[in-house]
Amino acid sequence: MEQAHILPSGDRAMVVEFGKTIDEAVNAQVQALAASLRDRPLRGVTECVPTYRSLLVCFDPSRVRFETLARRLLSRCSALSNASSVPGRILTLPCLYDGEDLPDMAQLTGLDTEEIIRIHADRDYLVYMLGFLPGFVYLGGMDERIAAPRLATPRTVIPAGSVGIGGKQTGVYPMASPGGWRLIGRTPIPLYDPSRDEPILCRAGDRVRFAPINAMQFDRLSAQIADGSWSPATLLEGGVPS
Amino acid sequence: MNITVIAPGSLTTVQDGGRKGYLACGMPCAGVMDSRAYADANRLVGNRPQAAVLEATIFGPTLRFDGDGLCAITGAEMTASLDGVQLRRGVSFPVHAEQTLALGFAAEGCRSYIAFRGGIDVPLVMGSRATDLKCRIGGLSGRSLRSGDAFATGEDGVLRPLKGLPVPAYPQAVTVHAILGPQDDCFTPAGLDTFFQTAWQLTPQSDRMGLRLTGGCIESIKGVDVVSDGIVFGSVQITPKGQPIILMADHGTTGGYAKPATVCSFDLPLLSQLKPGGTVRFVPVTVAQARQLAPHPTLIDRIREVLHHE
Repeated sequence: MEQAHILPSGDRAMVVEFGKTIDEAVNAQVQALAASLRDRPLRGVTECVPTYRSLLVCFDPSRVRFETLARRLLSRCSALSNASSVPGRILTLPCLYDGEDLPDMAQLTGLDTEEIIRIHADRDYLVYMLGFLPGFVYLGGMDERIAAPRLATPRTVIPAGSVGIGGKQTGVYPMASPGGWRLIGRTPIPLYDPSRDEPILCRAGDRVRFAPINAMQFDRLSAQIADGSWSPATLLEGGVPS
Repeated sequence: MNITVIAPGSLTTVQDGGRKGYLACGMPCAGVMDSRAYADANRLVGNRPQAAVLEATIFGPTLRFDGDGLCAITGAEMTASLDGVQLRRGVSFPVHAEQTLALGFAAEGCRSYIAFRGGIDVPLVMGSRATDLKCRIGGLSGRSLRSGDAFATGEDGVLRPLKGLPVPAYPQAVTVHAILGPQDDCFTPAGLDTFFQTAWQLTPQSDRMGLRLTGGCIESIKGVDVVSDGIVFGSVQITPKGQPIILMADHGTTGGYAKPATVCSFDLPLLSQLKPGGTVRFVPVTVAQARQLAPHPTLIDRIREVLHHE
Protein backbone atom coordinates (compact mmCIF):
# COMPACT_ATOMS: atom_id res chain seq x y z
CA MET A 1 0.00 0.00 0.00
CA GLU A 2 1.23 3.50 -0.80
CA GLN A 3 2.47 5.78 1.94
CA ALA A 4 0.19 8.73 2.70
CA HIS A 5 1.60 12.05 1.56
CA ILE A 6 0.67 15.71 1.84
CA LEU A 7 -0.12 18.02 -1.09
CA PRO A 8 -0.72 21.73 -0.50
CA SER A 9 -4.12 23.09 -1.43
CA GLY A 10 -3.51 26.77 -0.77
CA ASP A 11 -2.70 28.50 2.52
CA ARG A 12 -5.73 27.15 4.39
CA ALA A 13 -6.00 23.51 3.26
CA MET A 14 -3.97 20.45 2.40
CA VAL A 15 -4.67 17.11 0.80
CA VAL A 16 -3.66 13.87 2.48
CA GLU A 17 -3.35 11.56 -0.50
CA PHE A 18 -3.36 7.78 -0.10
CA GLY A 19 -3.27 6.77 -3.76
CA LYS A 20 -4.32 7.81 -7.25
CA THR A 21 -6.93 5.19 -8.11
CA ILE A 22 -10.49 4.27 -7.15
CA ASP A 23 -9.91 1.39 -4.79
CA GLU A 24 -11.78 0.20 -1.68
CA ALA A 25 -8.58 -0.34 0.31
CA VAL A 26 -7.30 3.16 -0.50
CA ASN A 27 -10.70 4.64 0.36
CA ALA A 28 -10.75 2.73 3.67
CA GLN A 29 -7.63 4.65 4.70
CA VAL A 30 -9.34 7.95 3.78
CA GLN A 31 -12.38 7.02 5.89
CA ALA A 32 -10.19 5.85 8.78
CA LEU A 33 -8.37 9.20 8.91
CA ALA A 34 -11.66 11.13 8.59
CA ALA A 35 -13.20 9.10 11.42
CA SER A 36 -10.12 9.57 13.56
CA LEU A 37 -10.28 13.36 13.08
CA ARG A 38 -13.98 13.33 13.99
CA ASP A 39 -13.27 11.43 17.20
CA ARG A 40 -10.08 13.22 18.17
CA PRO A 41 -9.88 16.55 16.30
CA LEU A 42 -6.52 18.16 15.65
CA ARG A 43 -6.03 21.78 16.67
CA GLY A 44 -6.81 24.26 13.90
CA VAL A 45 -8.69 21.83 11.62
CA THR A 46 -11.93 23.46 10.47
CA GLU A 47 -13.38 20.95 8.03
CA CYS A 48 -12.52 17.69 6.20
CA VAL A 49 -13.71 16.41 2.82
CA PRO A 50 -13.21 12.68 2.21
CA THR A 51 -12.93 11.74 -1.48
CA TYR A 52 -12.10 8.53 -3.38
CA ARG A 53 -8.42 8.51 -2.57
CA SER A 54 -7.61 11.52 -0.42
CA LEU A 55 -8.81 13.63 2.47
CA LEU A 56 -8.97 17.40 2.05
CA VAL A 57 -8.19 18.99 5.41
CA CYS A 58 -9.10 22.68 5.82
CA PHE A 59 -7.42 24.58 8.64
CA ASP A 60 -7.13 27.99 10.22
CA PRO A 61 -3.53 29.20 9.70
CA SER A 62 -3.83 31.52 12.70
CA ARG A 63 -4.27 28.45 14.94
CA VAL A 64 -1.85 25.97 13.39
CA ARG A 65 1.06 26.12 10.96
CA PHE A 66 0.86 24.15 7.74
CA GLU A 67 4.06 22.21 8.55
CA THR A 68 2.91 21.35 12.08
CA LEU A 69 -0.48 20.12 10.92
CA ALA A 70 1.08 18.15 8.04
CA ARG A 71 3.38 16.37 10.52
CA ARG A 72 0.50 15.59 12.89
CA LEU A 73 -1.68 14.26 10.09
CA LEU A 74 1.06 11.95 8.82
CA SER A 75 1.76 10.61 12.27
CA ARG A 76 -1.98 10.07 12.75
CA CYS A 77 -1.99 8.12 9.45
CA SER A 78 0.83 5.84 10.49
CA ALA A 79 -0.86 5.17 13.83
CA LEU A 80 -4.00 4.17 11.92
CA SER A 81 -2.39 1.96 9.31
CA ASN A 82 -2.33 -1.04 11.64
CA ALA A 83 -5.81 -0.52 12.99
CA SER A 84 -8.67 -2.31 11.28
CA SER A 85 -10.80 -0.18 9.00
CA VAL A 86 -13.79 1.66 10.42
CA PRO A 87 -16.98 -0.36 9.99
CA GLY A 88 -19.38 1.87 8.04
CA ARG A 89 -23.13 1.74 8.47
CA ILE A 90 -25.42 -0.10 6.07
CA LEU A 91 -28.34 1.98 4.78
CA THR A 92 -31.23 0.14 3.15
CA LEU A 93 -32.80 2.37 0.55
CA PRO A 94 -36.29 1.33 -0.62
CA CYS A 95 -36.50 1.62 -4.39
CA LEU A 96 -39.46 1.36 -6.76
CA TYR A 97 -37.92 -0.01 -9.94
CA ASP A 98 -40.16 1.66 -12.51
CA GLY A 99 -37.60 3.88 -14.26
CA GLU A 100 -38.44 5.02 -17.74
CA ASP A 101 -35.08 3.86 -19.12
CA LEU A 102 -35.51 0.23 -17.99
CA PRO A 103 -36.70 -0.94 -21.44
CA ASP A 104 -33.66 0.69 -23.10
CA MET A 105 -31.44 -0.76 -20.42
CA ALA A 106 -32.78 -4.22 -21.22
CA GLN A 107 -31.92 -3.72 -24.85
CA LEU A 108 -28.43 -2.34 -24.09
CA THR A 109 -27.51 -5.09 -21.63
CA GLY A 110 -29.32 -8.00 -23.22
CA LEU A 111 -30.92 -8.77 -19.86
CA ASP A 112 -34.61 -8.64 -19.04
CA THR A 113 -35.75 -5.93 -16.65
CA GLU A 114 -36.34 -8.36 -13.74
CA GLU A 115 -32.75 -9.52 -14.09
CA ILE A 116 -31.44 -5.91 -14.13
CA ILE A 117 -33.41 -5.16 -10.96
CA ARG A 118 -32.25 -8.36 -9.26
CA ILE A 119 -28.60 -7.58 -10.07
CA HIS A 120 -28.91 -3.93 -9.02
CA ALA A 121 -30.53 -4.78 -5.67
CA ASP A 122 -28.20 -7.69 -4.96
CA ARG A 123 -25.19 -5.70 -3.73
CA ASP A 124 -24.04 -3.40 -1.00
CA TYR A 125 -22.49 -0.33 -2.60
CA LEU A 126 -19.69 1.51 -0.84
CA VAL A 127 -20.22 5.27 -0.52
CA TYR A 128 -16.77 6.37 -1.64
CA MET A 129 -17.56 10.05 -1.24
CA LEU A 130 -20.23 12.74 -1.53
CA GLY A 131 -20.04 15.65 -3.94
CA PHE A 132 -21.56 17.29 -7.05
CA LEU A 133 -24.81 18.04 -5.20
CA PRO A 134 -25.66 18.03 -1.48
CA GLY A 135 -26.16 14.41 -0.53
CA PHE A 136 -25.04 12.98 -3.89
CA VAL A 137 -23.30 9.66 -3.19
CA TYR A 138 -20.53 8.28 -5.38
CA LEU A 139 -21.21 4.55 -5.10
CA GLY A 140 -18.72 1.88 -6.08
CA GLY A 141 -18.85 -1.73 -7.05
CA MET A 142 -21.74 -2.00 -9.50
CA ASP A 143 -22.03 -5.26 -11.44
CA GLU A 144 -20.72 -4.46 -14.92
CA ARG A 145 -23.39 -6.59 -16.56
CA ILE A 146 -25.81 -3.69 -15.95
CA ALA A 147 -23.42 -0.91 -17.01
CA ALA A 148 -24.77 1.35 -19.78
CA PRO A 149 -23.51 4.53 -21.40
CA ARG A 150 -25.00 7.85 -20.32
CA LEU A 151 -27.72 9.41 -22.43
CA ALA A 152 -26.36 11.25 -25.47
CA THR A 153 -28.59 14.20 -24.55
CA PRO A 154 -28.92 14.73 -20.80
CA ARG A 155 -32.40 15.39 -19.40
CA THR A 156 -32.94 18.96 -18.27
CA VAL A 157 -34.71 17.92 -15.07
CA ILE A 158 -34.41 14.66 -13.19
CA PRO A 159 -36.69 14.52 -10.14
CA ALA A 160 -35.21 14.13 -6.64
CA GLY A 161 -35.00 10.49 -5.56
CA SER A 162 -34.34 9.13 -9.08
CA VAL A 163 -32.06 6.10 -9.12
CA GLY A 164 -29.90 5.83 -12.21
CA ILE A 165 -27.00 4.18 -13.94
CA GLY A 166 -24.28 6.13 -15.76
CA GLY A 167 -21.47 4.04 -17.21
CA LYS A 168 -20.25 1.68 -14.50
CA GLN A 169 -21.74 3.82 -11.74
CA THR A 170 -25.08 3.87 -10.01
CA GLY A 171 -26.50 6.55 -7.76
CA VAL A 172 -29.44 8.59 -6.54
CA TYR A 173 -30.26 12.20 -7.42
CA PRO A 174 -30.72 13.90 -4.01
CA MET A 175 -32.43 16.93 -5.54
CA ALA A 176 -33.96 17.81 -8.88
CA SER A 177 -31.13 18.39 -11.32
CA PRO A 178 -30.20 18.07 -14.97
CA GLY A 179 -28.44 14.79 -15.67
CA GLY A 180 -27.46 12.14 -18.18
CA TRP A 181 -27.86 8.94 -16.19
CA ARG A 182 -30.34 6.29 -17.27
CA LEU A 183 -33.23 6.11 -14.83
CA ILE A 184 -34.12 2.69 -13.46
CA GLY A 185 -36.19 3.61 -10.41
CA ARG A 186 -36.90 6.01 -7.59
CA THR A 187 -36.72 6.09 -3.83
CA PRO A 188 -39.23 8.00 -1.72
CA ILE A 189 -36.48 8.70 0.86
CA PRO A 190 -35.23 12.31 0.74
CA LEU A 191 -31.45 11.83 1.00
CA TYR A 192 -31.17 15.60 1.34
CA ASP A 193 -33.54 17.82 3.27
CA PRO A 194 -32.11 21.15 4.45
CA SER A 195 -34.87 21.54 7.05
CA ARG A 196 -34.04 18.25 8.81
CA ASP A 197 -31.74 18.06 11.88
CA GLU A 198 -29.52 15.77 9.88
CA PRO A 199 -29.92 17.29 6.41
CA ILE A 200 -27.88 14.62 4.61
CA LEU A 201 -28.38 10.97 5.51
CA CYS A 202 -25.41 9.20 3.88
CA ARG A 203 -21.84 9.56 4.93
CA ALA A 204 -18.69 8.55 3.07
CA GLY A 205 -17.73 5.06 4.22
CA ASP A 206 -21.35 3.85 4.56
CA ARG A 207 -22.76 1.11 2.37
CA VAL A 208 -26.04 1.47 0.50
CA ARG A 209 -28.33 -1.47 -0.31
CA PHE A 210 -31.36 -1.02 -2.58
CA ALA A 211 -34.50 -2.87 -1.50
CA PRO A 212 -37.19 -3.30 -4.20
CA ILE A 213 -40.63 -2.01 -3.17
CA ASN A 214 -43.95 -1.85 -5.00
CA ALA A 215 -46.01 1.23 -5.82
CA MET A 216 -48.21 0.78 -2.73
CA GLN A 217 -45.21 0.68 -0.43
CA PHE A 218 -43.78 3.70 -2.22
CA ASP A 219 -46.99 5.67 -1.63
CA ARG A 220 -47.21 4.59 2.01
CA LEU A 221 -43.63 5.68 2.66
CA SER A 222 -44.20 8.97 0.86
CA ALA A 223 -47.25 9.61 3.05
CA GLN A 224 -45.26 8.84 6.20
CA ILE A 225 -42.50 11.20 5.10
CA ALA A 226 -45.06 13.91 4.33
CA ASP A 227 -46.83 13.63 7.71
CA GLY A 228 -43.57 13.44 9.66
CA SER A 229 -44.04 9.90 11.00
CA TRP A 230 -41.06 8.50 9.08
CA SER A 231 -37.67 8.43 10.78
CA PRO A 232 -34.29 8.26 9.01
CA ALA A 233 -33.26 5.66 11.61
CA THR A 234 -35.39 3.09 9.76
CA LEU A 235 -32.80 3.05 6.96
CA LEU A 236 -30.38 1.42 9.38
CA GLU A 237 -32.84 -1.25 10.44
CA GLY A 238 -32.65 -2.98 7.10
CA GLY A 239 -36.32 -3.70 6.73
CA VAL A 240 -38.76 -2.60 4.09
CA PRO A 241 -42.25 -1.50 5.15
CA SER A 242 -44.94 -4.09 4.60
CA MET B 1 -37.05 48.13 9.99
CA ASN B 2 -38.52 46.57 6.86
CA ILE B 3 -36.88 46.95 3.49
CA THR B 4 -38.72 46.64 0.19
CA VAL B 5 -36.98 45.89 -3.08
CA ILE B 6 -38.01 48.45 -5.71
CA ALA B 7 -35.50 47.15 -8.30
CA PRO B 8 -33.25 44.14 -7.72
CA GLY B 9 -30.19 45.17 -9.74
CA SER B 10 -28.43 42.66 -11.98
CA LEU B 11 -27.72 40.01 -9.33
CA THR B 12 -28.27 40.82 -5.67
CA THR B 13 -28.29 38.09 -3.03
CA VAL B 14 -28.43 37.81 0.75
CA GLN B 15 -25.04 36.51 1.94
CA ASP B 16 -23.08 35.88 5.11
CA GLY B 17 -19.87 34.01 5.91
CA GLY B 18 -21.27 30.84 4.36
CA ARG B 19 -22.55 27.40 5.31
CA LYS B 20 -19.80 25.73 7.31
CA GLY B 21 -19.45 22.10 8.26
CA TYR B 22 -21.23 20.37 5.38
CA LEU B 23 -18.50 20.14 2.73
CA ALA B 24 -18.14 16.41 3.43
CA CYS B 25 -21.84 16.02 2.51
CA GLY B 26 -21.39 17.71 -0.86
CA MET B 27 -22.98 20.95 0.37
CA PRO B 28 -21.20 24.05 -0.96
CA CYS B 29 -20.23 26.78 1.48
CA ALA B 30 -21.56 29.73 -0.61
CA GLY B 31 -21.38 33.04 1.33
CA VAL B 32 -19.80 36.33 0.35
CA MET B 33 -17.24 36.57 -2.45
CA ASP B 34 -15.28 39.49 -0.92
CA SER B 35 -14.87 38.64 2.76
CA ARG B 36 -12.96 41.86 3.47
CA ALA B 37 -15.64 44.24 2.16
CA TYR B 38 -18.26 42.10 3.96
CA ALA B 39 -16.42 42.38 7.30
CA ASP B 40 -16.04 46.16 6.86
CA ALA B 41 -19.74 46.60 6.06
CA ASN B 42 -20.79 44.83 9.25
CA ARG B 43 -18.21 46.70 11.33
CA LEU B 44 -19.48 50.04 10.07
CA VAL B 45 -23.03 49.41 11.24
CA GLY B 46 -21.96 47.61 14.44
CA ASN B 47 -23.18 44.14 13.48
CA ARG B 48 -21.85 40.79 14.65
CA PRO B 49 -19.26 39.60 12.09
CA GLN B 50 -21.56 36.81 10.87
CA ALA B 51 -24.58 39.07 10.15
CA ALA B 52 -26.22 38.75 6.73
CA VAL B 53 -25.83 41.55 4.16
CA LEU B 54 -26.71 42.12 0.52
CA GLU B 55 -24.13 41.35 -2.14
CA ALA B 56 -24.84 43.37 -5.30
CA THR B 57 -23.12 42.49 -8.58
CA ILE B 58 -22.18 45.07 -11.25
CA PHE B 59 -25.50 46.93 -11.04
CA GLY B 60 -26.97 47.52 -7.60
CA PRO B 61 -30.54 47.44 -6.28
CA THR B 62 -33.01 50.16 -5.32
CA LEU B 63 -34.48 49.73 -1.84
CA ARG B 64 -37.11 51.53 0.25
CA PHE B 65 -37.16 51.67 4.05
CA ASP B 66 -40.23 51.77 6.29
CA GLY B 67 -38.39 52.89 9.43
CA ASP B 68 -35.22 54.35 10.86
CA GLY B 69 -31.96 52.47 10.60
CA LEU B 70 -28.28 52.59 9.87
CA CYS B 71 -26.64 51.42 6.63
CA ALA B 72 -23.23 51.12 5.07
CA ILE B 73 -21.97 50.32 1.58
CA THR B 74 -18.55 48.77 0.94
CA GLY B 75 -16.84 46.99 -1.91
CA ALA B 76 -17.23 48.08 -5.52
CA GLU B 77 -17.79 51.76 -6.19
CA MET B 78 -21.36 51.79 -7.41
CA THR B 79 -23.10 55.11 -7.78
CA ALA B 80 -25.26 55.36 -4.68
CA SER B 81 -27.80 57.86 -3.46
CA LEU B 82 -30.34 58.24 -0.69
CA ASP B 83 -33.38 60.17 -1.94
CA GLY B 84 -31.17 61.56 -4.68
CA VAL B 85 -28.35 62.68 -2.39
CA GLN B 86 -25.01 61.11 -3.31
CA LEU B 87 -23.51 58.70 -0.80
CA ARG B 88 -19.94 57.67 -0.15
CA ARG B 89 -18.67 54.15 0.36
CA GLY B 90 -17.02 53.05 3.58
CA VAL B 91 -19.11 55.19 5.94
CA SER B 92 -22.19 54.44 8.03
CA PHE B 93 -25.21 56.63 7.32
CA PRO B 94 -28.69 56.88 8.88
CA VAL B 95 -31.80 56.10 6.85
CA HIS B 96 -35.39 57.02 7.64
CA ALA B 97 -38.88 55.83 6.84
CA GLU B 98 -39.97 56.32 3.21
CA GLN B 99 -36.42 57.00 2.03
CA THR B 100 -35.08 55.27 -1.08
CA LEU B 101 -31.55 53.97 -1.46
CA ALA B 102 -30.53 53.55 -5.09
CA LEU B 103 -27.33 51.90 -6.29
CA GLY B 104 -26.20 52.05 -9.89
CA PHE B 105 -23.40 50.73 -12.04
CA ALA B 106 -20.09 49.59 -10.55
CA ALA B 107 -17.51 52.06 -11.81
CA GLU B 108 -14.67 50.40 -9.90
CA GLY B 109 -14.86 46.81 -8.71
CA CYS B 110 -17.61 44.25 -9.30
CA ARG B 111 -19.44 43.56 -6.02
CA SER B 112 -20.85 45.92 -3.41
CA TYR B 113 -21.97 44.98 0.08
CA ILE B 114 -24.90 46.72 1.73
CA ALA B 115 -25.17 46.20 5.47
CA PHE B 116 -28.11 47.24 7.65
CA ARG B 117 -27.74 47.59 11.41
CA GLY B 118 -29.18 44.37 12.85
CA GLY B 119 -28.37 42.29 9.78
CA ILE B 120 -30.94 40.75 7.45
CA ASP B 121 -33.46 38.56 9.23
CA VAL B 122 -34.02 35.59 6.94
CA PRO B 123 -34.20 32.03 8.33
CA LEU B 124 -30.99 30.15 9.04
CA VAL B 125 -30.71 27.14 6.74
CA MET B 126 -28.09 24.65 7.87
CA GLY B 127 -26.56 27.31 10.07
CA SER B 128 -26.32 30.11 7.51
CA ARG B 129 -28.40 32.79 5.82
CA ALA B 130 -26.27 32.69 2.65
CA THR B 131 -28.12 32.30 -0.64
CA ASP B 132 -26.96 29.20 -2.50
CA LEU B 133 -28.28 29.74 -6.03
CA LYS B 134 -27.48 26.22 -7.25
CA CYS B 135 -29.02 24.37 -4.28
CA ARG B 136 -31.81 27.00 -4.09
CA ILE B 137 -31.60 27.50 -0.33
CA GLY B 138 -30.86 30.38 2.05
CA GLY B 139 -31.49 34.09 1.64
CA LEU B 140 -34.87 34.84 0.06
CA SER B 141 -36.16 31.38 -0.99
CA GLY B 142 -32.74 30.45 -2.33
CA ARG B 143 -32.81 32.99 -5.16
CA SER B 144 -31.61 36.47 -5.97
CA LEU B 145 -33.70 39.54 -5.10
CA ARG B 146 -36.77 40.43 -7.19
CA SER B 147 -38.83 43.59 -7.33
CA GLY B 148 -41.46 43.54 -4.59
CA ASP B 149 -39.45 41.35 -2.20
CA ALA B 150 -39.42 42.56 1.39
CA PHE B 151 -37.31 41.60 4.36
CA ALA B 152 -36.67 42.87 7.88
CA THR B 153 -33.53 43.71 9.79
CA GLY B 154 -32.56 41.35 12.61
CA GLU B 155 -30.86 41.48 15.96
CA ASP B 156 -27.20 41.33 15.05
CA GLY B 157 -26.54 45.02 15.76
CA VAL B 158 -24.86 44.57 19.12
CA LEU B 159 -21.65 46.56 18.63
CA ARG B 160 -20.88 50.24 18.37
CA PRO B 161 -21.09 51.47 14.78
CA LEU B 162 -18.08 53.14 13.16
CA LYS B 163 -18.15 56.44 11.26
CA GLY B 164 -15.87 55.31 8.48
CA LEU B 165 -13.21 52.87 7.32
CA PRO B 166 -10.56 53.18 4.60
CA VAL B 167 -11.81 52.10 1.18
CA PRO B 168 -9.45 49.84 -0.78
CA ALA B 169 -8.79 50.32 -4.50
CA TYR B 170 -10.07 47.65 -6.87
CA PRO B 171 -7.67 47.55 -9.83
CA GLN B 172 -8.87 45.64 -12.88
CA ALA B 173 -5.41 44.19 -13.52
CA VAL B 174 -4.39 42.17 -10.49
CA THR B 175 -1.55 39.88 -9.51
CA VAL B 176 -2.41 37.16 -7.05
CA HIS B 177 -0.24 34.74 -5.11
CA ALA B 178 -0.73 31.05 -5.79
CA ILE B 179 0.69 27.96 -4.10
CA LEU B 180 1.56 25.05 -6.41
CA GLY B 181 -0.49 21.91 -5.95
CA PRO B 182 -2.27 19.66 -5.44
CA GLN B 183 -1.86 18.44 -9.07
CA ASP B 184 0.93 20.56 -10.58
CA ASP B 185 2.53 17.22 -11.57
CA CYS B 186 -0.17 16.77 -14.24
CA PHE B 187 1.30 19.65 -16.29
CA THR B 188 4.43 20.07 -18.41
CA PRO B 189 7.04 22.69 -17.39
CA ALA B 190 5.88 24.68 -20.44
CA GLY B 191 2.28 24.39 -19.23
CA LEU B 192 3.18 25.76 -15.81
CA ASP B 193 5.19 28.56 -17.47
CA THR B 194 2.09 29.49 -19.45
CA PHE B 195 0.07 29.49 -16.26
CA PHE B 196 2.44 31.85 -14.43
CA GLN B 197 3.41 34.09 -17.34
CA THR B 198 0.08 34.87 -18.95
CA ALA B 199 -2.02 37.93 -18.22
CA TRP B 200 -5.31 36.01 -18.11
CA GLN B 201 -8.52 37.76 -19.00
CA LEU B 202 -11.77 37.24 -17.12
CA THR B 203 -14.56 36.08 -19.44
CA PRO B 204 -18.24 37.08 -19.15
CA GLN B 205 -19.06 33.44 -18.25
CA SER B 206 -17.54 34.08 -14.82
CA ASP B 207 -19.88 33.94 -11.85
CA ARG B 208 -20.02 33.21 -8.12
CA MET B 209 -19.06 29.61 -8.85
CA GLY B 210 -15.92 30.34 -10.78
CA LEU B 211 -13.88 32.92 -12.67
CA ARG B 212 -13.30 31.58 -16.17
CA LEU B 213 -10.11 32.82 -17.75
CA THR B 214 -8.86 33.03 -21.30
CA GLY B 215 -5.57 34.02 -22.89
CA GLY B 216 -3.54 30.86 -23.31
CA CYS B 217 -3.62 27.09 -23.30
CA ILE B 218 -2.00 25.18 -20.47
CA GLU B 219 -0.27 22.03 -21.61
CA SER B 220 -0.85 18.92 -19.54
CA ILE B 221 1.16 15.70 -19.64
CA LYS B 222 -1.68 13.20 -20.13
CA GLY B 223 -4.88 15.24 -19.97
CA VAL B 224 -6.54 16.98 -17.04
CA ASP B 225 -8.82 14.19 -15.80
CA VAL B 226 -8.01 13.09 -12.29
CA VAL B 227 -9.92 10.95 -9.80
CA SER B 228 -12.25 13.53 -8.19
CA ASP B 229 -10.94 15.15 -5.05
CA GLY B 230 -11.67 18.10 -2.78
CA ILE B 231 -11.90 21.73 -3.88
CA VAL B 232 -11.41 24.94 -1.90
CA PHE B 233 -12.33 28.60 -2.52
CA GLY B 234 -9.36 29.64 -4.70
CA SER B 235 -8.55 26.26 -6.31
CA VAL B 236 -7.54 26.72 -9.94
CA GLN B 237 -8.72 23.91 -12.19
CA ILE B 238 -7.79 23.49 -15.83
CA THR B 239 -10.45 22.48 -18.34
CA PRO B 240 -9.81 19.88 -21.08
CA LYS B 241 -9.23 22.82 -23.45
CA GLY B 242 -6.43 24.11 -21.21
CA GLN B 243 -8.28 27.11 -19.77
CA PRO B 244 -8.08 27.95 -16.06
CA ILE B 245 -11.12 28.40 -13.83
CA ILE B 246 -10.60 29.90 -10.37
CA LEU B 247 -13.23 28.32 -8.13
CA MET B 248 -15.02 30.89 -6.00
CA ALA B 249 -17.60 31.09 -3.18
CA ASP B 250 -20.27 28.85 -4.80
CA HIS B 251 -17.79 26.16 -5.89
CA GLY B 252 -18.78 22.50 -5.70
CA THR B 253 -17.06 20.49 -2.99
CA THR B 254 -15.26 18.07 -5.31
CA GLY B 255 -14.09 18.01 -8.90
CA GLY B 256 -12.31 15.86 -11.45
CA TYR B 257 -10.10 18.34 -13.31
CA ALA B 258 -6.44 18.73 -12.34
CA LYS B 259 -5.57 21.74 -10.21
CA PRO B 260 -2.05 23.10 -10.72
CA ALA B 261 -2.29 25.72 -7.97
CA THR B 262 -4.46 27.44 -5.38
CA VAL B 263 -4.84 31.20 -4.96
CA CYS B 264 -3.91 32.38 -1.46
CA SER B 265 -6.95 33.20 0.67
CA PHE B 266 -5.84 36.78 1.33
CA ASP B 267 -5.94 37.60 -2.41
CA LEU B 268 -9.50 36.31 -2.95
CA PRO B 269 -11.20 39.62 -2.01
CA LEU B 270 -9.22 41.39 -4.74
CA LEU B 271 -10.12 38.69 -7.28
CA SER B 272 -13.79 38.91 -6.33
CA GLN B 273 -13.77 42.54 -7.44
CA LEU B 274 -12.56 41.76 -10.96
CA LYS B 275 -15.09 42.42 -13.72
CA PRO B 276 -15.21 40.52 -17.02
CA GLY B 277 -12.42 41.94 -19.18
CA GLY B 278 -10.16 42.45 -16.16
CA THR B 279 -6.84 40.63 -16.09
CA VAL B 280 -5.15 38.41 -13.55
CA ARG B 281 -1.60 37.13 -13.25
CA PHE B 282 -0.47 34.39 -10.92
CA VAL B 283 2.81 34.56 -9.03
CA PRO B 284 4.07 31.37 -7.36
CA VAL B 285 4.74 31.38 -3.62
CA THR B 286 5.56 28.67 -1.10
CA VAL B 287 3.40 27.95 1.92
CA ALA B 288 5.99 29.71 4.13
CA GLN B 289 6.04 32.79 1.86
CA ALA B 290 2.24 32.89 1.89
CA ARG B 291 2.32 32.95 5.68
CA GLN B 292 4.64 35.97 5.60
CA LEU B 293 2.42 37.76 3.10
CA ALA B 294 -0.87 37.11 4.91
CA PRO B 295 -2.16 40.09 6.86
CA HIS B 296 -1.65 39.31 10.53
CA PRO B 297 -4.70 39.79 12.72
CA THR B 298 -4.15 42.45 15.36
CA LEU B 299 -4.81 41.84 19.02
CA ILE B 300 -8.04 43.82 18.66
CA ASP B 301 -9.14 41.55 15.78
CA ARG B 302 -8.42 38.50 17.92
CA ILE B 303 -10.42 39.83 20.86
CA ARG B 304 -13.29 40.70 18.57
CA GLU B 305 -13.21 37.19 17.13
CA VAL B 306 -13.23 35.55 20.57
CA LEU B 307 -16.10 37.76 21.72
CA HIS B 308 -18.32 37.18 18.73
CA HIS B 309 -17.75 33.62 17.61
CA GLU B 310 -19.78 31.98 20.35
